[in-house]
Amino acid sequence: MANPDAQGVTGAPFRLDVERGKIREFALATGAADADYLREENPVVQPTFLTTTFFWQGEDSNPWSAVELDQQRGLHAEQQYTFFGEPPRAGTRLTCQSRIGEIYTKVGRRGGEMTFAVMYTDFHDETGRLVARAKLTGVETARPPATGDAAQDGASA
Amino acid sequence: MSDTTATAGPRTTEVALPVPATPPARTYGPVTRTDFVRYQGASGDMNPIHHDEVFAKAAGFPSPFSVGMWQASLLGTYATDWLGGPNVRDFRIRFLAQVWPGDVLTLDGVPLRTYVLESEDGREGRVDVELTCRRQSGDKAVTAWATFVLPLDAAVEAGERPETTEEQG
Repeated sequence: MANPDAQGVTGAPFRLDVERGKIREFALATGAADADYLREENPVVQPTFLTTTFFWQGEDSNPWSAVELDQQRGLHAEQQYTFFGEPPRAGTRLTCQSRIGEIYTKVGRRGGEMTFAVMYTDFHDETGRLVARAKLTGVETARPPATGDAAQDGASA
Repeated sequence: MSDTTATAGPRTTEVALPVPATPPARTYGPVTRTDFVRYQGASGDMNPIHHDEVFAKAAGFPSPFSVGMWQASLLGTYATDWLGGPNVRDFRIRFLAQVWPGDVLTLDGVPLRTYVLESEDGREGRVDVELTCRRQSGDKAVTAWATFVLPLDAAVEAGERPETTEEQG
């Protein structure tokens, strides 16, 4: 069961250097090898590129574990990236910080109670401007997911 | 949760703006474990459920299955090829069903609305689009809603702007 007291728990700030080679690697992995904007010297990141925080976060910078979603029943339900202007370009140094947002329950289509938890990550550039925000929504289903079940990524987020 | 615009503060005005032609549906696959692994390496999400056969079976699955963020990112590519990488302002993904090795994915998109956004930074054309990734069985694996900037056409600008020029004698 999720821990409702996790709301507001904040991770330590961490750094993410936006690198041209990393953008290219991400492009090759997502069918974007020929994308027009990659011909630029400092291309913008892809819409989902900021998922690469995986490479930069330390244990103390990811507060998600505070939510205590059951690993067997926890799923990645939604993910959102919002850009406040053009997405950051290669060469930008971002300062990132995650915090646990709302935690709430809903009754699912099959009647079981589902618990949702949200984590926001803010990305600021060198000037301190907020350039992007990621919103992760995780869900804990009433029972462990079965193969072929709807609404699951399988990621334990 | 139904709001697909990037920001709530600025004023929006519904305006018909020209949107680049929707690209034809894009087919991807049959998808392979190599596709999943390459995405995992690129993203840094090394969850073994997506590549380790022994681990996946022990967890009760017939095989590893794809990372939801991979097929979501394929939709991202479809959208940026269509509307331009620098123009994206919002990208919201809902994961609906798993994708398995051997699946053939079909990606498509549709514009939902166009509007002008006015903020302290000026006026900007926007389009909201819905993007869908389906498996060969027809079921949706991922739906995404995205917002992109549209260049404000000079004619639209001229037609909309109140006449402010004053003839001074």
